[in-house]
Amino acid sequence: MSTATGGHLAGFGDTHRRDAWWVGPVLTVLGLGVWLLYYAWAALQGEYYAAGPLLSPFYAPLLFADPSRAGAAAAEHAFFGSWPAWWPAFIPASPALLIGFLPGVFRMTCYYYRKAYYRAFFGMPPGCAVGPVPHDYRGETGLLLIQNLHRYTLYIAIALLPFLWFEALRSFVYEGQVGIGLGSVLLVVNAALLSGYTLGCHAWRHLVGGRLNCFSCDGGAEASHKAWSFTSWLNVRHMPFAWASLGWILLCDAYIRLVSMGVIQDPNTWSGAF
Amino acid sequence: MAERVLRAWRGDRSGGRFEDYTVEADPGMVVLDLVHRAQAGPAPDLACRWNCKAGKCGSCSMEINGRPRLACMTRVGDFAPDEPIVVQPLKAFPIIRDLVTDVRWNYQQNKRIAPFTPGPAPADGNYRMSQTDVDRVQEFRKCIECFLCQDTCHVIRDHDKKADFVGPRFMIRLASLDMHPLDTVDRIPAVRDSYGSGYCNITRCCTEVCPEHIGITDNAIIPLKERVVSRFYDPIAMAIRAFFGTKSEPGKRPMAAPQTKVP
Ligand code: SF4
Ligand code: SF4
Ligand code: FES
Ligand code: FES
Repeated sequence: MSTATGGHLAGFGDTHRRDAWWVGPVLTVLGLGVWLLYYAWAALQGEYYAAGPLLSPFYAPLLFADPSRAGAAAAEHAFFGSWPAWWPAFIPASPALLIGFLPGVFRMTCYYYRKAYYRAFFGMPPGCAVGPVPHDYRGETGLLLIQNLHRYTLYIAIALLPFLWFEALRSFVYEGQVGIGLGSVLLVVNAALLSGYTLGCHAWRHLVGGRLNCFSCDGGAEASHKAWSFTSWLNVRHMPFAWASLGWILLCDAYIRLVSMGVIQDPNTWSGAF
Repeated sequence: MAERVLRAWRGDRSGGRFEDYTVEADPGMVVLDLVHRAQAGPAPDLACRWNCKAGKCGSCSMEINGRPRLACMTRVGDFAPDEPIVVQPLKAFPIIRDLVTDVRWNYQQNKRIAPFTPGPAPADGNYRMSQTDVDRVQEFRKCIECFLCQDTCHVIRDHDKKADFVGPRFMIRLASLDMHPLDTVDRIPAVRDSYGSGYCNITRCCTEVCPEHIGITDNAIIPLKERVVSRFYDPIAMAIRAFFGTKSEPGKRPMAAPQTKVP
């Protein structure tokens, strides 16, 4: 422990704080760590991601499907039909791999997650008034200038939202019959949480109105002010939306996986089993 | 009445040590009261800056049990009865004596910022601003210049990048000016190049310690960063501006002189 003038401690993790400042970073590492492990496993499966009208959100939008795999979606469910013959054999044949990186880069460049992983994974700083990992700090001026592309990943995330809503609504129709099941409800909540997260984005808040200096100067500015106010409401809740949507999407995948494997049954109006 | 241990750092720039003072604490007392009790009893020469004792002057900033706080707004009862109350000067600024630091660097940063510069007044001589626009920048005016955010910000506190980054307090001043509908100075290039917006990694410690609960990171720094993105890092926005010949910030003109940095 190095001591500077004023009695301050300067080494990594050193502090005179006596409260449990480390709880946040530990929960972040655990939460993101467990989530990423589960995701890596589930996305590589390529199996048991669909059950009846339900499609795991890890696999949506579904570009190609290989119906010969266990628990896979029907080829008609996929936008471009059956699994492509040109797919290289050394890459696992899982449709999740085709789209998963898109929301991935969105979250990786999100202002909230940046805070969370800079603190919890990189210790810059691990907590407020807690010694950081010693390094030549450049902030977001060097390599991390890349974070400035967040708004492009936002465009992608917004483009994906209709597909998630489409999959959620589609899960209310099975074999030509409109109905409802626990799985369909889970998918609607999933789409809602992801929308709340996406539309609370700081880049979105800038684009819809934050970029203006005058909210009253012309007619268009008034509409922008409304959009900005709504986004600001979501933005204040960006962290809870970030975690809720992250957890929920995992829950949906796990649920649909278990239904698809036949471990549990989806309670629904189509008389049970898919 | 209960006895509390006040562990105060005593010394100056050449060095110092912690000293324990046992003082009586009444219910409802704040840490500044304990400091005053110590001054009235065992440590009459304990240096401490304070003024209003109402959380409004921003003078009594210090570090209390490791956290940058206002001594006049921190209740003794918030700490466990057997926990010593450790008070230290701010880490980010040079010590004058005991709990008092020299915060002049902050005032030097303030001087680097071009003041509010409205355009010509309308014919009747009255500038007007609508309530929606007032509401947005009002929050930034609550700042009491306690500099707790500056002290907590790891860019200044731990990495000592005082020459590169003005710090959160002045990012909110820049935001309040840049978002002001009547201001005419284009501050965005300087926000990146001179005031160092890229040094902030939005880890939000400034927001966590601000006694005025100003949304420093979310409402000032990130919006400024997004404005910097539009200006310098968004190829589509830049192409559209070039194609239509639109100005990045209508009604604003370039800042007069580049601002000198104060390390
Ligand atoms: S959010 Fe930025 S300005 Fe605020 S403490 Fe963190 S690095 Fe400093
Ligand atoms: S922004 Fe908040 S913490 Fe920073 S100087 Fe102003 S009142 Fe203090
Ligand atoms: S800031 Fe979190 S998604 Fe954009
Ligand atoms: S004495 Fe004025 S803010 Fe504490």
